[in-house]
Amino acid sequence: MTETFYDVLRRQGISRRSFLKFCSLTATSLGLGSAYAPKIAHAMETKPRTPVIWLEGLECTCCSESFIRSAHPLTKDVVLSMLSLDYHVTLMAAAGHQAEKQLEEIKKKYKGNYILAVEGNPPLNEDGMFCIEGGRPFVEILKETAADAKAVIAWGACASWGCVQAAKPNPTRATPIDKVISGKPIVKVPGCPPIAEVMTGVVTYMLTFDRIPELDRQGRPKMFYGQRIHDKCYRRPHFDAGQFVEHWDDDAARKGYCLYKMGCKGPTTYNACSTVRWNDGVSFPIQSGHGCIGCSEDGFWDKGSFYDRVTDIKQFGVEANADKVGGTAAAVVGGAVVAHAAVSALARARNQTGIDVPKEGDK
Amino acid sequence: MLAQQDAFESERQARLVKAIYVYEAPLRLWHWVNALAITVLAITGYLIASPLPSQPGEASENFLMGYIRFAHFSAAYVFAIGFLGRIYWAFVGNRHARQIFILPVWDSNWWSEVFYELRWYLFMVKEPKKYVGHNPLAQLMMFLFFTIGAVYMICTGFALYGEGLGLGSWASNLFGWVISAVGGNSQQVHSWHHMGLWVTLIFVIVHIYAAIREDIMSRQSLISTMISGWRMFKD
Repeated sequence: MTETFYDVLRRQGISRRSFLKFCSLTATSLGLGSAYAPKIAHAMETKPRTPVIWLEGLECTCCSESFIRSAHPLTKDVVLSMLSLDYHVTLMAAAGHQAEKQLEEIKKKYKGNYILAVEGNPPLNEDGMFCIEGGRPFVEILKETAADAKAVIAWGACASWGCVQAAKPNPTRATPIDKVISGKPIVKVPGCPPIAEVMTGVVTYMLTFDRIPELDRQGRPKMFYGQRIHDKCYRRPHFDAGQFVEHWDDDAARKGYCLYKMGCKGPTTYNACSTVRWNDGVSFPIQSGHGCIGCSEDGFWDKGSFYDRVTDIKQFGVEANADKVGGTAAAVVGGAVVAHAAVSALARARNQTGIDVPKEGDK
Repeated sequence: MLAQQDAFESERQARLVKAIYVYEAPLRLWHWVNALAITVLAITGYLIASPLPSQPGEASENFLMGYIRFAHFSAAYVFAIGFLGRIYWAFVGNRHARQIFILPVWDSNWWSEVFYELRWYLFMVKEPKKYVGHNPLAQLMMFLFFTIGAVYMICTGFALYGEGLGLGSWASNLFGWVISAVGGNSQQVHSWHHMGLWVTLIFVIVHIYAAIREDIMSRQSLISTMISGWRMFKD
C-alpha cells in the first residue's frame, strides 16, 4: 500500500504537534478557516499519497528555485519528500535511463491518478526540435504524460502564458501548455516565478482535497489570484491621496509614495505579492522601491514598457501610446474643423452656399 | 417707409417659421445630462491615466486621486444608466428617438442622401435638404461614434471597474469577459479604454462644430431644438 503524507512526515522525524501546526497554517493560507485544519490533518493521515510528476520544458528553472524556498519548512518537507520520490528532473537523484524508467513506472502504476506539474512550455516549430529531453521533443513527452494524469498544474508564466520565450516574434513558437493539452483540468499558477507559498499552497490543496481549487476566468486559483497587487498594496493610501513618485531618486521615492506614475503594473496584475510577499515574507518589488512589472500577467513582455503608465499599443505599428495616437488624431480633426469652418464662412459670405434668405425687394 | 420694411419683415417671417416638435423632454434632458457626464468622464479619465502632481502632506490628509476616481465612477454610472434609459426611450418615444440605434442600411435612397449630405459638407452642392430628425450623414455618425462608442466605453469601463469591485462582483460577472477577450492582460483594456477618450473628444469636436454650422447654414434649427424640442424651418 502507498504510504500517506503523515507516514512520510513521521518517517522524516516530524512531530505530531508540528504536523498539526502545519495543517492549521495551510488551512489559513488557503483561506479556508480553522475548521478545515482537522480535515486537512485527517486527509493527510488517511489518504494514499498522490504522486506528482514534475516536467520541465522550455524554461529557466526559476519556478523550481522559488518552490524549494518555500518559507514554511514543513511545507517544503511535505512537498519535496513527495516530489523527490517521484520525478523532478532537477531535484531527483536518478539520472539518464534510470530516471526515464522511473517516469514510465509512475505513469503505469498510477495511471489516471497522478498530478502533472509542468514548468516551462513546449516549442512547436520544427516539430518541437527546440526542446529535446531524453532524445525526444518535449511536446511529445508532455502530451503522453498529460494523457494519463488526473490534473495538470501549469507552473509560472511560461506554462501558463508563454513568457519570454513566447515574446514577439517567438521564433520557436513556444506555446502555453493549455494550447497543447486537452481534456484535462489545468490549474495555472502564473508568475515569473510564482510565489513559493502559492505553489506549495496549490499543491497541498489539490493533494489533500483531491480536487482542483476554484479557478477564475483565466484558469488561475481564485484564492491567490483573486485580487490585484494594487488592491492590497501597502502604498495604496498614497495612490488614493494622489502622492506619486515622479523620478527614481526624488523625495517622494524616499518617502515611499505610490509608483503608479513610474509604470507600476500593480493595478493590472493579479497575484499575492502584496500580501504573501517573498522570501519568508521579507519584501516584494514595490516594498523595495520598484514598480511591479506584472510578471504573472499574460504576455507581460509584449505589453509595452515596464516604466510607462500609458503603455504603447502595438496595433498601430509604431511605438505609440493612446495619448500620442489619440492626441494626433484629435489635433488633425480639430485642424480640419477649423479649416472647414473658415471655408464655410467664406463660401457663405460670397453667398455660394447655404439657403437663400430673401433680400429686400425679392418677392 | 418703416411700415413697408415691417411688412416685408413679417412676410418673410411668415415664410420662415415653420416648426415641428421633434425631441421630447426626456430625450432632451438625457442629452444634456449625458453631455455633462461625458465632460466629467473625459477630464477625470485623463487625470486617472496622467495624475496631477503629488499632493503635499500626509497621505491621511489627502484623497485627491480617490475623489477623481469617485467622480469618474459616479459619472460612469450616470452615463451608463442614462444610456439604458435612452434605449428604453427608443421604444416608447417618437420615431426620431430610434434614429441613433437603427440605420436604414437596406434603403438605397437613404444611402444616396448620406452621400448628398457629404457633398454638402464638401461644398459640392449649394443647398442642403430639410430634415425633421437627423440628416442621414449625422445619423450614420451618431450611430458609429456615439452608439457604438458608448457601448464600447461602457463594456471596457465596467470591465476595469469590476477589477476594483473584485471577482464575483456584478461588474466582474457582467463585463469581466472583456478582459479575457483582449488576451487576459487588463493593461490592454486600460490602453483601449483610454483610446476611447480620444475618440470621444474627436466626436465632441465634430458634433459641436456640425451643430453650430448646421444651425447657421442649414434650412433648419439645430441647437435650440435640443433645448426646446422644436425644429424650426427657415424656408
